[in-house]
Amino acid sequence: MARIVVNQKNIQDIDKAIKICPFGAIEWNEKKLEVEITDACKMCMICVNKGPEDAFVLEEDEVFIDKSLWKGVSVYVDHDNGVIHPVTYELIGKAKELASKINHPVYAVFIGSDIEKQAEEILHYGVDEVFVYDDEAFKDFKIEPYTAAFSDFIDKVSPSTVLVGATPLGRSLAPRVAARFKTGLTADCTILDMKENTDLVQIRPAFGGNIMAQISTPKSRPQFATVRYKIMNAPDRTDEPAGKITVCESPKNLFSAITVLSSKEKEVEEDIADAEVIVVAGRAIKKEEDLEMIELLAKEMGGKVAVTRPLIEAGWGDPKTQIGLSGRTVRPKLIITCGVSGSVQFKAGMTNSDYIFAINKDPKAAIFQVAHYAIVGDVYDVIPELLAKIKQSEEVKA
Amino acid sequence: MKTLVCIKQVPGTSEVKLDENGNLIRSGIDSKMNPYDLYAIESALKIKEQMGGEISVMTMGPPQAKEVIREAYMMGLDKGFLLTDRRFAGADVLATSYTLSQGAYQAGDFDLILCGKQTTDGDTAQVGPEMAEYLGIPHVANVKAIVEVKEKSIVLEVEMPTTIQTVEVTFPCLITVEKGIYQPRLPSYRLKKKTKYQEIIELTLDNFKDKNEKRYGLSGSPTQVEEIFPPDQNTTSERWEGEHLGTRLYDQLIDLKFIYKNK
Repeated sequence: MARIVVNQKNIQDIDKAIKICPFGAIEWNEKKLEVEITDACKMCMICVNKGPEDAFVLEEDEVFIDKSLWKGVSVYVDHDNGVIHPVTYELIGKAKELASKINHPVYAVFIGSDIEKQAEEILHYGVDEVFVYDDEAFKDFKIEPYTAAFSDFIDKVSPSTVLVGATPLGRSLAPRVAARFKTGLTADCTILDMKENTDLVQIRPAFGGNIMAQISTPKSRPQFATVRYKIMNAPDRTDEPAGKITVCESPKNLFSAITVLSSKEKEVEEDIADAEVIVVAGRAIKKEEDLEMIELLAKEMGGKVAVTRPLIEAGWGDPKTQIGLSGRTVRPKLIITCGVSGSVQFKAGMTNSDYIFAINKDPKAAIFQVAHYAIVGDVYDVIPELLAKIKQSEEVKA
Repeated sequence: MKTLVCIKQVPGTSEVKLDENGNLIRSGIDSKMNPYDLYAIESALKIKEQMGGEISVMTMGPPQAKEVIREAYMMGLDKGFLLTDRRFAGADVLATSYTLSQGAYQAGDFDLILCGKQTTDGDTAQVGPEMAEYLGIPHVANVKAIVEVKEKSIVLEVEMPTTIQTVEVTFPCLITVEKGIYQPRLPSYRLKKKTKYQEIIELTLDNFKDKNEKRYGLSGSPTQVEEIFPPDQNTTSERWEGEHLGTRLYDQLIDLKFIYKNK
């Protein structure tokens, strides 16, 4: 809990002080004849860190929290009708790593109906304890009963950290529970680490720009973070189960204003998240017809085509094939980006790919920062030449 | 039927960058309505066409954020609220949600609150659900379609990890809608003229029930930005320039066994 205080006397050059803020949130108040911070402040701390000495000072309230009362790194078991989402195992892998640094246990919380068997499966991934809430009321996902059970778990166990998969379900449940405990939640973290004092280091793209922010929740527990699928690494499944299952009594009030009328499997659609090879078309593609060469290349390599936001906005692609924070996160073996500039949102959605080939004629394109092979050239030269070579070799074979 | 749509003004482009010294480069003043919010507005208008009633719109931000309320008026919304106060500055998800919930209490008794799925600057998709928690009403996130609106409830199609749920939820409730639920209409010139001087109600912390400053802005934010830095740069990269890049790419893909010469 903090605020930025302006020490007027330490500001010599007012214009310069005002210009420090990239969001224009430092203003000169004509009436008070003071420099002040407006509600455009994005809490980036740049004025505190880079401003004139002692001019912008972060003042923190004395909030005492005994962090030793909060113990354990917990993972929410994301599932849809009992089918465990693989992001769960990835988070368990990360939780183990984080917990080992501070000597905390790893917990899983599993809320569902008829999930006894699935709970045992979790024990093959190295958690110390699985807390199970098994009740008819949890058959379908409804926000109030799930929040009630999740909150009950936090009340009982007092975990220090809670990790939730950033699936459609996790992104609905995690904020609800975090708000109930009036605590911090950081969405879509791409890097997580643990400090000795049990503060979770949460890193994610921020401010809608090409910037990463390191975020902490220093005075509140539990600290919630969501992580997307395919960001962390899942541990190998062990043959022997380890750890124990604790069946918890359901909270009394499981009322919901929501009635689930039906639930149907999503049509099996081509999901780029599962593709091993992805060819991405970016803004450099001038006409919709030109997507053909991208499709041809993907087909030749048994891969799938994905697109970036500008192409979705132009109506040239299915939004389900969009990569980035507002689209899918992918982690293929090979990704070839064709004329993609590489916004931080896009990069966050693909940076864990095994091999990244980026084609862009702008030598300074941001995509080259994450590319293993930065190909400075025009997609309209490179792709046709590549396709011609592939065709040629096929003809030789024939 | 009383509906509230929550919207946000976001930067027009992702221009914010860091220079070599780690300083944020000041972006232009260019800003726009969060594109996801257009779908929430359109959904509210579609519901009103069927059920009648009044649609309010609310945003939190500096006085400049009035622009997005004006835009909402041009699309046909009825009543605008701007939550603006220097004490709201630096709010994280929790403090933002709390402020919006306090604003919603003041703005009226709503049957339905609509939010876009997420914003393009924060990209968290968390504010809607947290706001619903503070208002003590159920929420349904990731709404793909509105199936039916009834007197006391609404039937929705909801995106889940592997399934599509059809749910019925009774009012009052909050929903966040997916991109593409409806095609948003364009702002109308006629409404632009008509609503040019229409009032936008400004609310500050002093108008709220909870006047405890510690729950708002930076003070009310449990998360703190410790540091900002440029994204990771891949250090093991190779850079190719010059001619025959397509051929080089072909050879490399063969080396890495992504293309087989003899398939």
